[in-house]
Amino acid sequence: MSYSQKSSYMHESKADIIARLQKQIMPLQGFKNMLHDAMPGIELGPMKNAFPHGLFPSGAIHEFFCAGPEEAAATSGFIAALLAALMQRSGVAIWIGSNRTIFPPALVSFGIAADKIIFIDLQNERDVLWAMEEALKCDGIAVVIGEMQELGFTASRRLQLAVEQSRVTGFIIRRNPHNLSTACVARWKISPLQSVSAADLPGVGFPCWNVELLKIRNGKPGNWHVAWAVDRFRYISAVSALMQPQQKKTG
Amino acid sequence: MAKRYVSIWFRQLKTDWFIIRQPQLSPIPFVLSAADHGRMLITNANTLAQAEGVNTGMLLADASAIIPSLQVLDDIPDLPAKLLNRLAAYCIRFTPFVAIDLPDGLILDASGCAHLWGGDQLYLAAINKRLTTRGYQVRSGMADSIGTAWAIARFGKASPIIEHGGNAVALLPLPAAALRLETETVERLTKLGLRNIKDFIAMPRSAMRRRFGASFIQRLNQALALEEEIIQPVQPIEPCQERLPCLEPIVSATGIEIALQRLLETICHRLQQEQKGLRTACFKAYCVDGSIEKIEIGTNRPSHNPIHLFKLFEHKITSITPGLGIELFILEALKLEDAVPQQENLWKRDAGLENIKLSELLDRLAGRFGADHIHRYLPDEHYWPERSVKLAVTLDEQSDSQWKIERPRPLQLLSKPEPIEVTAPIPDYPPMLFRYKEKLHKVVKADGPERIEQEWWLQQGQHRDYYCVEDEAGNRYWLFRSGHYAADKTYQWYMHGFFA
Repeated sequence: MSYSQKSSYMHESKADIIARLQKQIMPLQGFKNMLHDAMPGIELGPMKNAFPHGLFPSGAIHEFFCAGPEEAAATSGFIAALLAALMQRSGVAIWIGSNRTIFPPALVSFGIAADKIIFIDLQNERDVLWAMEEALKCDGIAVVIGEMQELGFTASRRLQLAVEQSRVTGFIIRRNPHNLSTACVARWKISPLQSVSAADLPGVGFPCWNVELLKIRNGKPGNWHVAWAVDRFRYISAVSALMQPQQKKTG
Repeated sequence: MAKRYVSIWFRQLKTDWFIIRQPQLSPIPFVLSAADHGRMLITNANTLAQAEGVNTGMLLADASAIIPSLQVLDDIPDLPAKLLNRLAAYCIRFTPFVAIDLPDGLILDASGCAHLWGGDQLYLAAINKRLTTRGYQVRSGMADSIGTAWAIARFGKASPIIEHGGNAVALLPLPAAALRLETETVERLTKLGLRNIKDFIAMPRSAMRRRFGASFIQRLNQALALEEEIIQPVQPIEPCQERLPCLEPIVSATGIEIALQRLLETICHRLQQEQKGLRTACFKAYCVDGSIEKIEIGTNRPSHNPIHLFKLFEHKITSITPGLGIELFILEALKLEDAVPQQENLWKRDAGLENIKLSELLDRLAGRFGADHIHRYLPDEHYWPERSVKLAVTLDEQSDSQWKIERPRPLQLLSKPEPIEVTAPIPDYPPMLFRYKEKLHKVVKADGPERIEQEWWLQQGQHRDYYCVEDEAGNRYWLFRSGHYAADKTYQWYMHGFFA
């Protein structure tokens, strides 16, 4: 380190130093390539500020907790919304599970090319984990979604290391999980809320979810009520303003 | 390349075999006989017996009267097929493409083989010599078509080799039977005075077809090489095969891996040069005790990448039990396809389904779990939800139809609708209350009904009226009622899916 550099550090304010150090720590924590991988087209709306640098951490493992089939549907809806943006870049997603109930035509209404999702239906969770790790190592895939109940810390660390190499985004849907200590970058819980529609219109409106970000590395966990309306996330209050019957999207 | 065929005729196939088996029979006249309608018929007579006037089809009693010392043996019915198969397997040394021609002949596709023996003459001589040394009386013919080769072998009086393009000329002096016709047709030709091929070869084809049928014209065309004839080789040709014999028997998994790697490298090198890739391959291990262990793999796209192929084989190696040791490894490429190297995409990440890494991943998953665990869906032209998607057969199959998004569909669809209890006002209002899995849901918002009719040409049954409902907690469901409300009919409500 030259003398001039050293002197310039001395003039830095404390906040600058912390910012610089944080920047250095980030790659060590699994955000290695994130800054180069800014996702085009994803409209996170209200949730944006929770993430480091205001960018959704792609190329990382996210886990989603859910309880009943209703929450599972809400979770898959939220994932489908993210998937639409993530798949714009490289097209293919792999969905691995042991008793899958996803109905591909419904994904189309989220803007996903459903024929570019490859479903792998396996017998038990051990196979799901193996297949998931193999898939995450394979670059050229946008997203790998795995449905499993349990995930140990070691296994989650392996998955996280795999995506740091390949920059694939991994989503793990865990129904009724017991083990809570994992190495995943983010942990979500999505539950359904009453749909919104303009004042007097009958029928079911835009899907609304209570999105809880329980854990995010280097970010601020939070809780939002959002609706998926006209191909983007919106605050519920903002939805009724743009409500028009022909724009109805449910899925 | 011009086609060349050799036809081999075993004049005394059965009796020759008996002489080979029992050499003491060779100097004496003997016949084979079988029971037919309560009498003994002669089915084969050897050359010595034939010289005395004993022929096939005679009664055994008559023959014994001609030659009192006639030796009689029992005929074996399936003998010709067995013998010819064995001889065909033997003849693989002359060409890889050998077919049997019942009852007493072989057909060899000698295209591009004769020059290895130094020309047609030497080639045919080598075949005749080998078979004669084995103890069979043979006549052979070589020509551009199977028909002519067959005719020359059985009826030819001049040279057994017909030069390229000389089919018609060679056939002219031969009798009509040389065309492999049915006996009735030959008889009719003889009655009309058309004894030799030259008598009728110039006649108008339409008239011939009318009189003697289409098969007659077909035989004639086959002999003249105007029509191609398909023969079934006894040993299907392996497209690509590599062998690795071992000096010491191999018993360890590491040894098998090394052998496999070597074989893959040679085969992949060869495939790369031919611009081909393998789709299915079989790795066989021949054990010292005579058993054969084999493992098979398949790929989604033609591949000649040894590392990828090794990975596919890798976890199956444990299923090989070497026993006392393996002395020979064979790697066969069972199915090959053209693999034109694709231009590398500058932006690799945009490859989508074309991505080679993706197909390699799917190969690995299919190898471990089976290909039936991997699904990709395409839209199908049906409104019935269960039938609205179909499975894609290949990775790049595309559908002609579009995904339908005008009606809402649930993200989670139960594979089998589950019955629920419902309170709903008639005639077709959405439900007010329903009970699903012991839990009562009060419906707040609802859409519907959307009626989906049974496709009567596929399945009989009642239509479904679908409702999209939301309960107090905000959970969204897809329910349907099966059939109409009617006094005399039963109807039932079902839960079919969950909206996001």
